[in-house]
Amino acid sequence: MGSHGGLFYRYQDLAPQLVPLDYTSCPDVKVPYELIGSMPELKDNPFRQRIAQVFSDDGDGHMTLDNFLDMFSVMSEMAPRDLKAYYAFKIYDFNDDGYICAWDLEQTVTKLTRGELSAEEVSLVCEKVLGEADGDHDGRLSLEDFQNMILRAPDFLSTFHIRI
Amino acid sequence: MSRQPKSLGEEASPSLTHEMDEGNLLPGRTIEGTAKGTCKVPRTNCPIPAPAGDRSGRRPSKKRAPRAEGAAGRRGAQPGQKERAGGSPGPGSPRRKQAEHRRHPEELGERGRSSTERTCTERRKKDGRTSLKEQRAPSKKEKEVPRKEETWKRLKKHRSPSLASSASVGESLSEEELARILEQLEDKKKLIATVRSKPWPMAKKLTELREAQEFVEKYEGALGKGKGKRLYAYRMLMAKKWVKFKRDFDNFKTQCIPWEMKIKDIESHFGSSVASYFIFLRWMYGVNLVLFGLIFGLVIIPEVLMGVPYGSIPRKTVPRAEEEKAMDFSVLWDFEGYIKYSALFYGYYNNQRTIGWLRYRLPMAYFMVGVSVFGYSLMIVIRSMASNTQGSASEGESANFTFSFKMFTSWDYLIGNSETADNKYASITTSFKESIVDEQESNKEENIHLTRFLRVLANFLIICCLCGSGYLIYFVVKRSQEFSKMQNVSWYERNEVEIVMSLLGMFCPPLFETIAALENYHPRIGLKWQLGRIFALFLGNLYTFLLALMDDVHLKLSNEEKIKNLTHWTLFNYYNSSGWNESVPRPPLHPADVPRGSCWETAVGIEFMRLTVSDMLVTYITILLGDFVRACFVRFMNYCWCWDLEAGFPSYAEFDISGNVLGLIFNQGMIWMGSFYAPGLVGVNVLRLLTSMYFQCWAVMSSNVPHERVFKASRSNNFYMGLLLLVLFLSLLPVAYAIMSLPPSFDCGPFSGKNRMYDVIQETIENDFPTFLGKIFAFLANPGLIIPAILLMFLAIYYLNSVSKSLSRANAQLRKKIQALREVEKSHKSVKGRTTARDSEDTAKGNSKNATQLQLTKEGTMPHSAGQSQTAGKKAQDPGISSSASRITLPVSQHLPGSRPPGVRPDSGQPRPQTHPWRSASGKSAPRPPH
Repeated sequence: MGSHGGLFYRYQDLAPQLVPLDYTSCPDVKVPYELIGSMPELKDNPFRQRIAQVFSDDGDGHMTLDNFLDMFSVMSEMAPRDLKAYYAFKIYDFNDDGYICAWDLEQTVTKLTRGELSAEEVSLVCEKVLGEADGDHDGRLSLEDFQNMILRAPDFLSTFHIRI
Repeated sequence: MSRQPKSLGEEASPSLTHEMDEGNLLPGRTIEGTAKGTCKVPRTNCPIPAPAGDRSGRRPSKKRAPRAEGAAGRRGAQPGQKERAGGSPGPGSPRRKQAEHRRHPEELGERGRSSTERTCTERRKKDGRTSLKEQRAPSKKEKEVPRKEETWKRLKKHRSPSLASSASVGESLSEEELARILEQLEDKKKLIATVRSKPWPMAKKLTELREAQEFVEKYEGALGKGKGKRLYAYRMLMAKKWVKFKRDFDNFKTQCIPWEMKIKDIESHFGSSVASYFIFLRWMYGVNLVLFGLIFGLVIIPEVLMGVPYGSIPRKTVPRAEEEKAMDFSVLWDFEGYIKYSALFYGYYNNQRTIGWLRYRLPMAYFMVGVSVFGYSLMIVIRSMASNTQGSASEGESANFTFSFKMFTSWDYLIGNSETADNKYASITTSFKESIVDEQESNKEENIHLTRFLRVLANFLIICCLCGSGYLIYFVVKRSQEFSKMQNVSWYERNEVEIVMSLLGMFCPPLFETIAALENYHPRIGLKWQLGRIFALFLGNLYTFLLALMDDVHLKLSNEEKIKNLTHWTLFNYYNSSGWNESVPRPPLHPADVPRGSCWETAVGIEFMRLTVSDMLVTYITILLGDFVRACFVRFMNYCWCWDLEAGFPSYAEFDISGNVLGLIFNQGMIWMGSFYAPGLVGVNVLRLLTSMYFQCWAVMSSNVPHERVFKASRSNNFYMGLLLLVLFLSLLPVAYAIMSLPPSFDCGPFSGKNRMYDVIQETIENDFPTFLGKIFAFLANPGLIIPAILLMFLAIYYLNSVSKSLSRANAQLRKKIQALREVEKSHKSVKGRTTARDSEDTAKGNSKNATQLQLTKEGTMPHSAGQSQTAGKKAQDPGISSSASRITLPVSQHLPGSRPPGVRPDSGQPRPQTHPWRSASGKSAPRPPH
């Protein structure tokens, strides 16, 4: 569990004044999102805010040590596809409604391209994604649709992980 | 209980500890758990009369207790300790519960099933996966309980030295118990190994892992398996290291691919079509490196090392007339002077059969290398074409989800560098644009008749252009042949062919592009047409060049006889001239003074060399002026110009894919043709490709803009390869013609003195091989054998072709079938998903009704592991109960497959509170004093 120890120190390093080194008493400490998002592993990720929100307790991006460990275990190389797919779904579900709807897709595209696509292009892309992956034709992607699609993606496992 | 999916990540640990503290399991789980536990005990056939559970609770040795506690204390990990503390308290309640169990097995079963079903469906509604895990949790837990108990006994029995105090109890431990603890140990180890990949949605993994580790530590230690543990740890370490090594090795491999980063960079900004040129360039560089190695290793280096040195024979010496200027730069620049009489060119090689102490057969090697240059090139081109085709055939899946994959998997979460991130943003944008272009093209609805008409018109116009330019070339070449016979022609008349050719090359491609705009093709297909058309135009270039060369060669060959006589006479006169003292033998004529033939092979080689170098310079200068200077002008003059230069007329240049690809292909054709006459040509070409890689990469990144419609390159570079193959054949023809039907020069080159170049083979066969081999070769060369062989090859090609066609047809059909199956599956799934959703709604409604019932069971369950110990023995004697108990779990497991959300593997859903019952049991058992 060397990596967990390492992770803890990483966590501790984020906010040395906040996080005690001695964790035996399980202090109720949260590291604010501003610090989490500025980690070198996350700072360039367009979805960093989403990641932090998904793994934090209240969806505000402030993370406890447990959340932090969660995040990196899900994003680790060894986490299985299903698990990753589940969290990927949550990350891309911007409005937390349990479905990836057109609005979520637009957010994703905009973040991925830094808004360099025109509005028509974005809507075309969203339309195409829905057309491809929406299995039950309800105009939004359910977790099931998403898993169905993502489990076939050749690159998903190799791209959806963070090395720490 | 009814946890929102969101809570998976959030209330993870709190809820867990809570559960553990109170030992208060949820009803569904506990009942299922107990049921399994009870049924498990009898199944073990434990010979000991005392119930296993009981023993587990109480038996543990003193020794172990402190150790366990110590471990817990050391870790300071809350859950374990708390749990243990919580698990021990009430021995009364478990007993009560177990009694209840015994009394109403059937009823309980019913209740348990319904409650579990209910809870699970309820949960499933929220989150299929967790429900699954949670349901499965108890069963595992329960299994562990008895196993652990037995472990204890086992330990005592076999490791009694350390457990002397409990020796009497140890007697009663059985073999199975040891087996079981071992099994459990294995389980735990597996858990440790896979804990990261467990889809537990919470940081609970950590506690799980701690528990498992503790367990393993404790028991392995007790079992005297410390060594095993170390071995295990070592194996884990090695596994980790291996993963890391593989990763590093992959990185290393990527780093070893030359220019990979540069090309990726270009691809992310300019799209795959521009990158495809650079990939092609890189490939070409690799091929040329191999050819370079072949020629240098087998021809040039042996000649330099072992051949007679420079200046020893006429062909290796600069003639007297040229000696003065032989070192001038202007002469060297034209590949005359010393360069001409160096190992870079054909004429330098001697026709000595063997050279050096190795008796290296240089003429033979020269010939074979010339042949194998073509052989290798043919093979590599065809092989890479074939492998490209294979690669493109296997990617059927991603076609269905182009946009989805782009959207959800294109961002690489590993990126931790802002520059890389910028590139990635650019590349994602580019790839989206590429796909959008594809999409728009496929959706384009238009007037088919108009398009067809326009396409026919465009093709007609272009064919007219091509015919016109072809005739122009022919005409100019004819004229130039006349001019060459005349004296004192003007500069224009001398260079007419070159001027016309460059004018055509300059104006035709843009003209074609303009005409191609009529056709309205997808840019990718448009690029192919453009390539094909410019290729046809360049063929004219090649034709004139070869024609001029052939004329030159024939002229030189016709002069050869004269020079031969002259040489002969010179030597004759020199040796027989009067006025020399007859008694002293005359020193041989200095090689520089011997009259020389024109050596047409070297002349051809020089021609190719010059062409390659001038082509390279022209390309670079064009890039410098046309791209870089233009970009600078546009960029900096834009501040003080009357119109917007960037958006308006000059603007920035786009990267000219077709021109560059064709330039590369024709250049390679020159290399293939020329390498036989100028072995150094490949070396020059390697340098050229190397510099042009860096130079063009720089030029593209600094002064070009992406195409207006960034389009995706076809997955395989097969079109480029096809053109390359065509050029290879075209360049093979003149070389083969020269080898087969032109006599080599009489005084230069490795084949001098022979009638034809291929005679060298005959000579080798006759002199160096046994006679029967010579006979066999002669027999094989018989046309009566060659023609049937060729026929046979045609037949084989025909057969293989038809086989591959039928296979690809079968392939397509299978793919269609898979597609259809998938559709069916999809619709089936969506129907099922809807029904399960309805189910869960129903159960949710019924839930409140059963709330009291749940409450009841919950109560009884809490300390079940303690109570279990007392009842287990009785249950063991009562198969009826156990079977009914096992039935309780049945419906749950039966229910599972249907309720499982698709895509979630049943085994992947590990129950969250998996170890809890065991935990409480062990926690309790530890402090108990032994009997």
